[in-house]
Order: sequence, then structure tokens, then C-alpha cells
Amino acid sequence: MRYTLSLLCLGLALATPLVQAADNEASLTIKDHQFSPAELKVPANQRIKLTVHNQDSSAEEFESHSLNREKLIPAGAKAVIFIGPLKPGRYDFFGEFNPNTAKGAVIAQ
Amino acid sequence: MFGTGLIVFRETLEAALFVGILAAATQGVAQRTRWLALGVALGVAGSLLLAGAMEQVSSWANGFGQDLVNLVVLSVALFMLAWHSIWVSAHAREMSAQAQQLGQNAALGEGTLWAVTVAVAMTVLREGAETVLFVTGLMSGSPEHPMALAVGTLSGLALGLLAGWLIYRGLGRVQPKRLFAITNVLLLLLAGSLASQLAKTLQQADWLAWLGDTAWDTSSLLSNDSLPGMLLHGVVGYDASPSLLQVLFYLATTLLIGLSARHIRMHPPGR
Repeated sequence: MRYTLSLLCLGLALATPLVQAADNEASLTIKDHQFSPAELKVPANQRIKLTVHNQDSSAEEFESHSLNREKLIPAGAKAVIFIGPLKPGRYDFFGEFNPNTAKGAVIAQ
Repeated sequence: MFGTGLIVFRETLEAALFVGILAAATQGVAQRTRWLALGVALGVAGSLLLAGAMEQVSSWANGFGQDLVNLVVLSVALFMLAWHSIWVSAHAREMSAQAQQLGQNAALGEGTLWAVTVAVAMTVLREGAETVLFVTGLMSGSPEHPMALAVGTLSGLALGLLAGWLIYRGLGRVQPKRLFAITNVLLLLLAGSLASQLAKTLQQADWLAWLGDTAWDTSSLLSNDSLPGMLLHGVVGYDASPSLLQVLFYLATTLLIGLSARHIRMHPPGR
């Protein structure tokens, strides 16, 4: 029971809202199963609101292991994915449904 | 063809392993095959509906409709697994007595099978909708020959299902006395895996912004895309580079369910 209580306390402590900085926005487009821009520069150490617009007529899944993100984007739809804060570096992403052509990277600097 | 098969395999694998483990965990329960089949059928029907409505769904909640659906689907599956695990613990004694006498698990009865059915339906739904969208996308605009597409899709599906069947048969070889101790642990880990994916969904939609830092990165040792990585993901929820929040959710869930189950086992209700 004591474990349960301490876990609950931990949960409550984590649930305390934190003040958030204004979002940085970035956007990507998918067309002909390719991302553009293929390299997307974003500021490091900040939370980024990434909008991905799929202009193809088939669905795509935005996926990145290093960003730890995956999201399905239906044909013609826009999806919003929050990423970061990122340490400076290169984070590859790809389209899971067209991995041969849909490739790109987020560059945090 | 190969690429198509691989993606369908990956989507099928997670759901198939889930169903395989739950089938082993409900071994010997009357009517359980029918309940599991119902769960799979509901999941498949739901996948087709969800895939068809994905465009509308995605635009809900300012573009977070899909995350909202994932959140609900994952939470319901998690709750059902937790319910089943705790229910099983509450009846552990009669179950193991019966398992020894009859080599089966009749005490489980249908008391908790509905929870298993819902959990299966939710998991099949989640993986299935993605697969449907992927395959229909290929059908509409792929340079590949339709035959190659069909072969790729069906072989990916078959291999995924085979993996689920193998884990079921593998667990079936365990002595009944030990089987439920093992499946109880596996159910706990599946619950942890659902909780970890729940955390990821919350972070990706910015509904929970803390503890986003990567807890560890073992992608060079065992990547998410390797076969062992995929299998481990399906069975224990392995992730090569999880966030701290995912790890916290995983640990908190397995501990909470595990400790509640232990508490109930030691103080059985109504005795």
C-alpha cells in the first residue's frame, strides 16, 4: 500500500502544470512521396510545433526513431506533431509507407 | 513487394502477439475461442470504419483527432487488461487448484472474458486501421503490379499471424501449473507497453509536455526495425529510445497492477 501511495504522490507532483514557453512552429510538405524541405532547421532546446501537410492522394505515416514520433497523415490532410526540446544535432525521419523516397531530417541548432 | 510485406507484417505482428498471449492466458476457459474471435472481428470491422473516416477524424480537435482516438483506444485496452489481471489474481487459488485437477482453467469462466474481448478489439483496431490505409493507398497509386501487392500484403499478414500462433503454441507447452504465473507476468508487461504508448501519444500531442527527454538510446544495439526489436516491442513493449515519461508510465502501470494483484491474492475478497 505504501508503494501505491508514493506512486500516487509522484503522479500528483508530475501533474502540476508547468509554465510553457511560446511554441516555435515549423512545417513540412509531402508531395510525390517526398518531404520538403528534406532538411528542416529548428532551434535547439525548445519545444516545436511541427505541421506536416500531406499533398499526396494516399496516406503516409511520419515516423522518426530518434525523435520518438509516429503519426498517420491521411491523404490531403495536415497533422500536428510536437517535438523536442532537442539537443543540437541531426534527427532523421521518414515516411513509413514510402521509406525509399520519403526521407528527411530535422536539424536542431 | 518485399517492402509492402514488411510493413504489413510489422502492423500485424503487434496485434497477433497480443492475441496469442491473451489466448494462452485464457487457456481452457469455456467459450474463450468464441470471445477472442469476436474481439478480432470487432477490431477488423472497426479498422475498416476508422480507416474510412480517418480524414474527418484527423481534423477533429484542431488536428489532434487521431491522437484523441489513440488515447481512448489505448486507455480502454489498458483498463481492460488491468481489470483482467486483477480479477485473475482474486481467483488465483481456485484457478490453480482446478488447473492441477483438470489441467485447465475453468474457474476463470466468462467472468472476465468480455474484458479480454474488448482489449483484443482495441488492439486490432489500432494496428488494423493503419494497415488498411497503407494498403488502400498502395492500391490507388502504386507503380507495383496489383498481383505483387496482393502477394506482399498476404504474406506479411500470414507471417504476422504465424508469430502470434507460435507464441500461443509455445506457451501451450508450458505445464498448466506454471502457465498462469507466466501469462500473468506477460499480461503485466503488455499493460506496461500500452501505458508507454499512451505516454508517447500524450507527448506527441503536447497534452503532457514534461519528461520528454530520451531515457536511453539503444537503437544501435537493438533497433525498433530489427526483427528481435519488433518481437520485443510486441511482447514486452521494447522501445529503442523511449522518453522518461514513457518509462515512468511503464513502471508505474506494471507496479500498480502487480502490487494490487498481489495484495488481492494475499487478502482474497469475501474470505
